[in-house]
Amino acid sequence: MSDLETFRTETRAWLEENCPKEMRDGAGGEENICWGGKEWVFQSDAQKTWLDRMAAKGWTVPAWPKEYGGGGLSKEEVKTLKSEMRAMKARSPLESFGIWMLAPALLKYGTHEQKAHFLPPIARGEIRWCQGYSEPNAGSDLASLQCKCEDQGDHWLVNGQKVWTSYADKSDWIFVLVRTDPSATKHNGISFILVDMNAPGVSTKPIKLISGKSPFCETFFDDVKVPKEYGSDISAVVGDINRGWDVAKYLLTHEREMISAGGGGLLGSRGLGEVAAQKVGVKDGKLADPVLRSKIAQAEIDGWAFLLTLERMKDEAKAGQGVGANSSMLKYYGTEFNKRRFELMMDAGGSDELEWEGARTDDGKLARGWLRTKANSIEGGTSEVQLNIIAKRILDLPGA
Amino acid sequence: MPLVLNEELEMLRESARGFLDEKAPVNALRKLRDENNPDGFSRDLWKEMAEMGWAGILVDEDHGGADFGFVGAGVLAEEMGRTLTASPFLSTSVLAATALKQIATDAHRQEFLPKIAAGEVLFALAVDETRKHGPAKTAMMAEKSGNGFKLSGDKTFVADGHVADKIIVAARSAGAAGEQDGLTLFLLDAQSKGVSVERTMMVDSRNAARIKFDGVEATGDDVIGEVDGGYMALEGVLNAGRAGLAAEMSGAAQAGFEMTMNYLKERKQFGSEIGSFQALQHRAAHLYSEIELMKSAILKSLQDLDAHYGMAGPICSLAKAKAGEVAKLASQEAVQMHGGIGMTDEYDIGFYMKRIRVAQEMFGDTAFHTDRLAQMRGY
Repeated sequence: MSDLETFRTETRAWLEENCPKEMRDGAGGEENICWGGKEWVFQSDAQKTWLDRMAAKGWTVPAWPKEYGGGGLSKEEVKTLKSEMRAMKARSPLESFGIWMLAPALLKYGTHEQKAHFLPPIARGEIRWCQGYSEPNAGSDLASLQCKCEDQGDHWLVNGQKVWTSYADKSDWIFVLVRTDPSATKHNGISFILVDMNAPGVSTKPIKLISGKSPFCETFFDDVKVPKEYGSDISAVVGDINRGWDVAKYLLTHEREMISAGGGGLLGSRGLGEVAAQKVGVKDGKLADPVLRSKIAQAEIDGWAFLLTLERMKDEAKAGQGVGANSSMLKYYGTEFNKRRFELMMDAGGSDELEWEGARTDDGKLARGWLRTKANSIEGGTSEVQLNIIAKRILDLPGA
Repeated sequence: MPLVLNEELEMLRESARGFLDEKAPVNALRKLRDENNPDGFSRDLWKEMAEMGWAGILVDEDHGGADFGFVGAGVLAEEMGRTLTASPFLSTSVLAATALKQIATDAHRQEFLPKIAAGEVLFALAVDETRKHGPAKTAMMAEKSGNGFKLSGDKTFVADGHVADKIIVAARSAGAAGEQDGLTLFLLDAQSKGVSVERTMMVDSRNAARIKFDGVEATGDDVIGEVDGGYMALEGVLNAGRAGLAAEMSGAAQAGFEMTMNYLKERKQFGSEIGSFQALQHRAAHLYSEIELMKSAILKSLQDLDAHYGMAGPICSLAKAKAGEVAKLASQEAVQMHGGIGMTDEYDIGFYMKRIRVAQEMFGDTAFHTDRLAQMRGY
């Protein structure tokens, strides 16, 4: 037996023994996610048990090095673990902005001391992070951000406002893009700084969205004192001072890839045609609404081709080919496709799905989801910004 | 299998591009059209292609072929699409080679595969009878007569029909038009008594014909595959053709797109390159994205034909449907963004639009394959 096969057998046995039955329902919706953090209220004992057991093994973040709380697994082993978890419909034990966003930045730009201090609590689900990027006057033009961060000798002084900070009201820490040199050109005076949400002067206010939900906040910084170091050699700033835009750009690319992959991932669940057939009915083996049928079939073609493109881009990257800026193409296409997909599900759902409250629609679950997708092509860089990037970096068009 | 070409196939692509740029640029097609060439392609060029192993790209080595599989055939089709090369490649090297390999008897294989690889015999596949594709619609009769059959009916849109030495034809030995059951495939000599061929001059200046069969006699030895049970076998061959056409359209779309991007960087209006205008940039970037999706679908369809030939129906429909849409968009955007010059015969872009329109129609347009996919998925 190869090493990988041994690993698979052992992993299967371990999961079988340690994954609680309640965590094997394949539930993946946002409402079932375990986010962790100081204020996290576990939805069940099983959710806590599952997190603790996986964290102890380093498998909440299996690819990270062991010394930072990860599992130290190879790419092939991570794939094996994921496929075994899928096979038993195991839920993910932990998801968070710490894992998705901060950790990639720390792993690439952080010092050993920063990694050793900040990563293990993320892996264990003890600290929940949020992202402070956009400002009221810095959206698509993110680099024009104005949140001020002054060097006061023994500490930094932060003043300003962030917006669209996801779950800031439920988070323990925030990673923030701040302006440390107002005299430099706009991309050159930005730093990437880590701030405790409990620090005096930090406050949040949820933003109610058209979906009726409030996943985002405004976050205010009023004379917030941030220590230069959180312990010996543990700087509050990630990467070099005034070079935070490099970190931000790296994370934005990463975020784009995640958003587009997420858009594709949704496809895997159930086909649009299947959902529509259930709602609109079938006549002579065909969807009873012929115009909707044709639109859905066209969308399924694009969805399938998009999934294959995600796969191809991954394979190209592995083979050392491909274009980095293609993440913009995937973000653009994936988010626009997801919006189209939800429009079609609303079309198929008809008036029944318009019930905003009540058990019949699970309080308008689809309608709220449909409204949520409208942000897909805005957050992480709008579709128009992605098209600009494709025109400039891939097509090499002039003056873009 | 990773969705990338291996080194061997990358080398095939490179050498194909070099060869076609030199020997068969768009101007070669223009010349064939302008001189009203009776063959519609260059036999000398085809000979050279055969010497390089292209004619036998799907033929196994025992029969004298290069045995590169469908991915290799797709690479060549895509490159020929870039230069709009007129050749018997699709009819003979993809459709006929696939039919012979997959369903013919050893005797047929022995007789024809080496000749295909050597570029010594040309084939045509005759399926459609009406203006829209649909193999089950076949009405042409194959009446049982003595030990053999008598074939009568009309075929249309037969690629390379007027230059073919051999014709593979689908006819109905049982059942009625509209039914999948009852089809039989025959391999006939184009010179057989009762066969009359009319070359049809097409919008893309490429070869096609209408063929009339009037009581043509066929024996049991002329049958390829099963009597009455030829539908699925035909579908397999058509799938290979669909993926091949999709690859060709992809090449044509990419070439047209590149010409257009170059034009956007050169052409000045209002004092700037028109490529600096956001209205055009966003359309170009959108088209770029669509082209990438098309390429993924096509590569996967070719890989699946190699790996699971019998199950590649849905993915080939995906490739053909997506390629039809995207190549059409690419050709329309190309003409529009070129402006007036794109409307002139002197400029090449119009040739691309015309070829894409024909390839899009052949063996099922986007609507046909979209409907087929919906049916396969149970709605």
